[in-house]
Amino acid sequence: MADTFSGNPLLRVQGVSKHFESQQVLAGADLDVPRGSVVTVLGRSGAGKSVFLKCLAGVLRADAGSIWFDGKKLETDDRPALQDFRRRCSFLFQNNALFDSLSALENVALPLEQTTQLSAREIRDRSLEALRQLELEKFCDRYPAELSGGMQKRLALARAIVTQPELVLFDEPTAGLDPLRRNAVFLMIARYQRQFGFTAVIVTHDVPEALIASDRVALLEQGRMHFQGSPAEFSASADPVVAGFRDNTAVLQTSLAAIRSGKPIPMDDT
Amino acid sequence: MVSALGSHALATIRGLGDFTLFTLKSFQSALGSRHLFRRFVRAVFEQGVRCLPVILIVGVFTGLVLGLQGYYVLNRFGSESLLGALVSLSLVRELGPVLAALMLVGQAGSALSAELGIQRNTEQVAALETMGVSSLGYLISPRLLAALFVYPLQTALFVTIGLVGGSLSGTWLLGLQPGIYWSSVERAVGMQDVTECFLKAAVFGLLTIALCAYHGYNAHRCRNATGARAVSASTTRAVVQSCITVLAADYVITSFLV
Repeated sequence: MADTFSGNPLLRVQGVSKHFESQQVLAGADLDVPRGSVVTVLGRSGAGKSVFLKCLAGVLRADAGSIWFDGKKLETDDRPALQDFRRRCSFLFQNNALFDSLSALENVALPLEQTTQLSAREIRDRSLEALRQLELEKFCDRYPAELSGGMQKRLALARAIVTQPELVLFDEPTAGLDPLRRNAVFLMIARYQRQFGFTAVIVTHDVPEALIASDRVALLEQGRMHFQGSPAEFSASADPVVAGFRDNTAVLQTSLAAIRSGKPIPMDDT
Repeated sequence: MVSALGSHALATIRGLGDFTLFTLKSFQSALGSRHLFRRFVRAVFEQGVRCLPVILIVGVFTGLVLGLQGYYVLNRFGSESLLGALVSLSLVRELGPVLAALMLVGQAGSALSAELGIQRNTEQVAALETMGVSSLGYLISPRLLAALFVYPLQTALFVTIGLVGGSLSGTWLLGLQPGIYWSSVERAVGMQDVTECFLKAAVFGLLTIALCAYHGYNAHRCRNATGARAVSASTTRAVVQSCITVLAADYVITSFLV
């Protein structure tokens, strides 16, 4: 389904492609991210969601396509534009990517120390404030390994928001979490998105939570955005790929019934 | 056969070019890196203070052995009085810089390579880049600068403690007069020997720490291995290549300076 959004998006991705050796992971993926919105990119495991997000963040270099941020095209040889983008954008890694040899406070202070001209006192105050907002101020001297999984996730979010970015990219923020913790993470993102007003792009395969927490939803399938639209449009879509992804419980029930009745069903190992 | 040889040669040349660019970019990144001095001090601590015990222990035993062996050889020619010269020149010109570098590779270099490999695996390096922080400037530059400072210092310590070791075995165990030993040291060692010693130490430090950093930083590019195995393989490769490089560079520098 083609999307007709044509406002002034903070981020616009056009025709991004990426391959690894003989495997084509992205084949011309497009995405518009309106300013101040929460956009969720859904897709099966191995569909290339994280690769897509890493291409946006510049961790991976796309083979083709263009990325526009705040109306300006990001070119790989335009260092000032890239620096400006990185200053205004944060990335929350799936495994948090916290610095294990730095304390919680040092982890949060790191981007401020390295990219701003703030004084040591200002850096400390802002870092402690970010930790306080995520209810981690008591643990500021602890190392990441001494924190629980949920606290590490919050610490990574504190580090991501301490520079007051305009865009935050979340790579599978709920991967490996139980349903209660998944809800807590989506609530946390929604709360801080409202509080700080950043634009968020979330990559996940948790459909129910994504539909509730997002302003817009995209479905990545076979290297392209098969669908882009509102959660209501996603829920109402009759497209078989969208329906198959959205109504996976019904598909599971049908398949199990077929197995139990002895009927052969095609295997899908993706 | 020829094709395989050619592709291997090309890969080696490409690797050398990549390593050279990595080292140059790391030095260049130091220029724009903030709070570099703090990380430099930490790197000096890691390469200097933490490696001090092994340098002192290996240094004293090297001196003790040199004293013993040298005494018995010189004794055959009635030249025991030259023991100080033999121990000091051996240590200052060759054994000091080489052995100190090998010890530092074993302790600081391997730790650096493994640490960087793990940081690469856990996406800490990528995290720095997404923050707009140069990972080379943050992680590598302070280590390279520290190596230029620490290796000569550690080598000087190694040589000093080695001379004391030689004195212990020559005078305390074998009965040579301490005055004869130390005056022989003083007469034998010239300024050129000391300069050569420090030059070798600085070159070995730069090459070995750059190699260890290069392999750790690029652990994700390790062929036929991923994850923990890639870290292990890159650390092993870093230590082996560093040791070979020290010996090869020692030969090259010596052949130019002698």
